[in-house]
Amino acid sequence: MEPIDLDLDENELELPSEPMHLNMGPSHPAMHGTVRMVLELSGETIVKSDVQIGYLHRGFEKMCERGTWAQVFPYADRLNYVSPMLNNVGYALAVEKLCDIAVPDRCQWYRMILGELARISDHLTCTGAMAMELGAFTPFLWFIKAREMVWDILEEETGARLTHSFGRIGGMAKPPTPALKEMCRKAIPTILGILEDGEGMLLKNRIFIDRLENVGNISGEDAVALSWTGPCLRASGVAYDVRKAHPYLKYDEVEFDVPVGKNGDNLDRFLIRLQEIRQSARIILQCCDRMADEGPVNTDDPRVMLPPKEDVYTTIEATIQHFKLVMEGAKVPKGEVYSYTEGGNGELGFYLVSDGTGTPYRVRIRPPCFPITGGLSKLLAGAMLSDIVPTFGSLNMIGGECDH
Amino acid sequence: MGELKESRQISLEPSESGFATTKLDALLAWARKWSLFKYPFVTACCGMEFMALTSPRFDGSARFGAEAPRFSPRQSDLLWVVGTISQRQAPVLRRIYEQMMEPKWVLAFGTCASCGGFYDNYTTVPGIDKIIPCDVYVPGCPPRPEAVIDGLMLLQDKITSGDRRPAIVKPREDPLKGLVQLRKGKQQEEA
Amino acid sequence: MSERVLQVLRDKFGDAILETHSQCGDDTAVVDASKWKEICRFLKESPQLDMNLIVDLCGVDYPDREPRFEVVLHLYSIPKRHRLRLKARVGDAEGEGAEIESITDIWPGANWFERETFDLMGVTFKNHPDLRRILMYPEFVGHPLRKDYAANKTQPLVPYRTESEAGVPLEKLAPFGADEGMPFGRKVWGTETDR
Repeated sequence: MEPIDLDLDENELELPSEPMHLNMGPSHPAMHGTVRMVLELSGETIVKSDVQIGYLHRGFEKMCERGTWAQVFPYADRLNYVSPMLNNVGYALAVEKLCDIAVPDRCQWYRMILGELARISDHLTCTGAMAMELGAFTPFLWFIKAREMVWDILEEETGARLTHSFGRIGGMAKPPTPALKEMCRKAIPTILGILEDGEGMLLKNRIFIDRLENVGNISGEDAVALSWTGPCLRASGVAYDVRKAHPYLKYDEVEFDVPVGKNGDNLDRFLIRLQEIRQSARIILQCCDRMADEGPVNTDDPRVMLPPKEDVYTTIEATIQHFKLVMEGAKVPKGEVYSYTEGGNGELGFYLVSDGTGTPYRVRIRPPCFPITGGLSKLLAGAMLSDIVPTFGSLNMIGGECDH
Repeated sequence: MGELKESRQISLEPSESGFATTKLDALLAWARKWSLFKYPFVTACCGMEFMALTSPRFDGSARFGAEAPRFSPRQSDLLWVVGTISQRQAPVLRRIYEQMMEPKWVLAFGTCASCGGFYDNYTTVPGIDKIIPCDVYVPGCPPRPEAVIDGLMLLQDKITSGDRRPAIVKPREDPLKGLVQLRKGKQQEEA
Repeated sequence: MSERVLQVLRDKFGDAILETHSQCGDDTAVVDASKWKEICRFLKESPQLDMNLIVDLCGVDYPDREPRFEVVLHLYSIPKRHRLRLKARVGDAEGEGAEIESITDIWPGANWFERETFDLMGVTFKNHPDLRRILMYPEFVGHPLRKDYAANKTQPLVPYRTESEAGVPLEKLAPFGADEGMPFGRKVWGTETDR
């Protein structure tokens, strides 16, 4: 290299010009999932990025083949672990579609309430973590406080805060507690209040808006071509929500809006999640009004449902039915099905193949954030290094789901 | 036939001040246990409970002086392994552990980190102690934040006493207590 | 509503459509693997069908029959709101020769789905821009989701510590033995009981 104090023309200086390779390793401070990004940088700008997932691959699909149909529920919980109820409900609906079972109305309302609570928890975590990664620690703590209220309700209902494994084929593990409606009606206004506080803190902040606006843009056609669904797709202007396009449970009987963005940048994805929390709250309150206080929650189809415990201890038929359901598994009819619901990140699909026995032959999850993370390298091309943090945060990649 | 091996469990009573060799060691131990810098090696669902632990309701780390997360192994002394460690992640974990400087402790947060959980398959490491030494195991899937606080306090006791034997956090209440009439004799003292 | 899709496919491709069914309301067509890309391109570009969203691409292993693997593609049309499942059978009994055309240039979103199917099932996609393992590490040998891969056969990257090194017992025995808790009447695809 030439000494720099010589009087030289700029093009005569020899400067090293290979791009720098930087590894944002699998262990990094962002709270979303463990992912490794190998970046090729030219200064601060990212030339190419290679997003490597698989650091949380836990073999969900292989484990499902080793148990019974009902033993999949705990594994399904841990897929999208911020909204486990949505995974439970999605899987239960898939098996019920294959078995051609309809659950009672009360169960459908109950599943909707718990599912929307899980969705609120998912969006609160995503937006809170996004704010924290950009330096705003206080709204994160507020949103976690709101999330604790949601988890209190879920704990009262299911017994566990996070991974409840509460869904069952043909219903739920337990009927709703008498306190559910009151708890929801009390908690929702408080959560919405905290949401407003958080918004007031963040959305008037010039720095926060500058870091999110017009960063990580993607157009509607590109998003559809990359197989995006959910809030990330809706931020780009494509109004596809499984709850509206193909209503399941009782979503066609409640009123709610689907927020759709315009620019497809990080700010839109952030705002859409905040709005979806409000819509979920609306759905929950309507479900609380519509859900009956009494009535069966589980179907009584003997192929899948365990008999009542008193019968198991007193009659032989119920004992044998219980034994066969637990040890061999529910005999799901032979065939295949693809069932889809709106998960926290988009279209959560389960493709089940059954060979007629109690063990699943193949359980395939269509993870909504898998293709979304696949599109990350396209979003990062040409962005700056510090744009990775809000962009990655706004995609809400959940490791358990992406790596299944 | 498999049998449950008796694991070495250390009870949760606050140590009646296990002895330290010199006053200086006692002072160092006191300083270390009240200022643990954590490296949160967060992978999976337990990360959600980890977030809840740092939230205002449980405040599981700030009041122990252990709130400051240092995302560099050089600057931290407590490695929190939060969540499942897959085979692909194992070399990363080993590297991070080796880069930390003495004195260092490891807390296995959750069942997957303690023993692999129910992921008995080709891709999960059956417990981080297969790769790195571990000091405190907090079982639970995910463990309640109270259990993690117990784990942190257990670790503090061990730092005070200089004990490096691994320990498992016991539940605060025996869930079977008063419910099941166990065989008399050996189980009598636990009832 | 989507019976139309199957009818249109049958009209256009005739013999290449080997079977169709609509079990549980899902329209399914099993097609000839050699016509895979052509059919996919037609499905995307035909204005009547307009399948613009690739929902899922995966593989299923049927070791009892030949061809062994089934590549299953789920498609959706956002404007027309109809779905289709397309299947193609590839591969012989040992799992060799499982090759099919990649559809990444029709739907870029198929990129990672195909990588995952290659990684876990071993189906190769011709002309894929970047076919390498995605969920497993590069040193892994074999394809774990195949039925003949034992579920608990590990290939550790970091050798496990021994008890003498650790100084404490490391063996955590399950409360029941390896041959207990066995599934009654369930077909269990190979497990290895030694670690």
